[in-house]
Amino acid sequence: MSESKRILVKGNEALAMGAIKAGCLFYFGYPITPQNEVPEYMSRVLPGLGGQYVQAESELASINMVMGASSLGVRSMTSSSSPGISLMQEGLSYLAGQELPAVVINVVRCGPGLGGIAASQGDYFQAVKGGGHGDYRLIVLAPASVQEMYDHTIAAFHLADRYRNPTMVLADGVLGQMQEPIVECDDVQPEPRKPWALTGAKNRPMRYLKSLYLKDGELEAHNRMLQEKYREIEKHEVRCDELLTEDAELVVAAFGTAARIARTAVSMARDKGLKVGLFRPVTLFPFPKRELKALSERVKKILVVEMNTGQMVEDVRLNVSREADVSFYGRPGGGIPTPNEILEKIEDSFS
Amino acid sequence: MKTVFSKPAALNDAVMHYCPGCSHGVAHRLVAEALDHYDLTERSVGVAPVGCAVLMYDYFNCDIMEAPHGRAPALATGMKRSRPDLVIFTYQGDGDLASIGLSEIVHCANRGENVTVIFVNNTVYGMTGGQMAPTTLLGQQTTTSPYGRNFNTDGYPIRIAEMLSTLEGPSFVGRMALDTPGNILKARKMVFKAFHMQVREMGFSFVELLATCPTNWGLNPSDSIKRIKEELVPYFPLGVFKEREAD
Repeated sequence: MSESKRILVKGNEALAMGAIKAGCLFYFGYPITPQNEVPEYMSRVLPGLGGQYVQAESELASINMVMGASSLGVRSMTSSSSPGISLMQEGLSYLAGQELPAVVINVVRCGPGLGGIAASQGDYFQAVKGGGHGDYRLIVLAPASVQEMYDHTIAAFHLADRYRNPTMVLADGVLGQMQEPIVECDDVQPEPRKPWALTGAKNRPMRYLKSLYLKDGELEAHNRMLQEKYREIEKHEVRCDELLTEDAELVVAAFGTAARIARTAVSMARDKGLKVGLFRPVTLFPFPKRELKALSERVKKILVVEMNTGQMVEDVRLNVSREADVSFYGRPGGGIPTPNEILEKIEDSFS
Repeated sequence: MKTVFSKPAALNDAVMHYCPGCSHGVAHRLVAEALDHYDLTERSVGVAPVGCAVLMYDYFNCDIMEAPHGRAPALATGMKRSRPDLVIFTYQGDGDLASIGLSEIVHCANRGENVTVIFVNNTVYGMTGGQMAPTTLLGQQTTTSPYGRNFNTDGYPIRIAEMLSTLEGPSFVGRMALDTPGNILKARKMVFKAFHMQVREMGFSFVELLATCPTNWGLNPSDSIKRIKEELVPYFPLGVFKEREAD
């Protein structure tokens, strides 16, 4: 392994650096706060690498530019924030329907509507449950540090290609704007061959990519095949972190920035002698169902903390043992839970 | 015996699903002839619209990508930017291009993307059953303008070719009608020119083809052809609106 040095970067820059490290030379996007460092970085760096930065006229156009590039078999990415991601839902549904790999970054801000520019986790449902029309799933990764913004973006390209499926990195404004040291990856897996890509029908029959299936039963079969793929993803790609759960009586479940804050609260609780652990889903789809179920059989009490009014908590409730006591603490609309607030909720549960 | 007429190699042997008297057959043929002429079939990717021509992968013998409604020029942009060695063309109807996809076509043209757009204008939404389009003529009855298009409530028909020709980006913008043999030959020349522009890396090229829709116009095929000359051409004049010369 070569000597790796630590460099100080913003979360949004880490996203862009990760994409380029993964071999993505084609970025299409539209500016929106709080993720503008991504297009700014890409517009600065890609031309020198023989790549392309296109500032699209809208998020509708940018996701479709990504779709066009992806259909030719090249790695391509867009990034946006909540209202922009809403506009991309049409494209995401088509990408899923045509089984195209693409990476979409959502640096979540608060809503609904124009909302505000502060960080939020209010897009969990949209990312994990669909958002666009039809039965489909995105692979969703939730980083909780600037290093993970970088690592997860690289991973997102591998996952997208492996499963021919759009993959989302679900970050938030805090992660996008904060600076932390990261270590660059010097070992990236090679891009797989893409025998389905449109490359011009030279020395082979023509091929097409489509999501329209009009013949009786065809679309049902296509949907069943997609669902089978999602089951494969659930079987092989679940990632989660557990901290101090071995002897825990209560576990805080949280993802992304909320998990990071919860970690501080957990260590404060431990200092007070309370047996508290942390459960952090890293993949939101596939959701770590089995791991959570096993944990819930041991700990009985689970406190879900989110920067919204309760979205992941629904998946937690669905996947815990019958006896588990699930409570929720959330701050919507740009509110960020403090370690003390979470500690207070933990202490309430023990009293 | 000398062959004087044959099916272009860029077209497959597929049974047309288009209605009798529809211009898509002719328009497809012109595109296929251009692909043959410049030997582009093996390095082309066509972008199919939402609408009647979505099934163009049944007909064209080149790679085809399906676009969401109106977004074909954005897809084409992503394609051409990532693989400039490929020839990229979109084939779009008026509902697709002039309504929901207006933003995409204007900005693709304005950026001067080196792609070719074939725009089939029959003044009506065909596949969805004959609703009003942005190009529907004043007074024209459709299923959603049952009393005839009225400018007070529906606005005026949009002249896309003229609009795009005001932009700096396009290298070629022309409009021709698919009504008479003479006009079809002129249309053929325009389609050839549009692909040639892309091959020469001259930037965005655009051909609008005035087309029939007998089914949704409620006319027989020959009256539909007459309607192009009598009603469409007076509002949508034929000709080249912009042509950039090579340096």
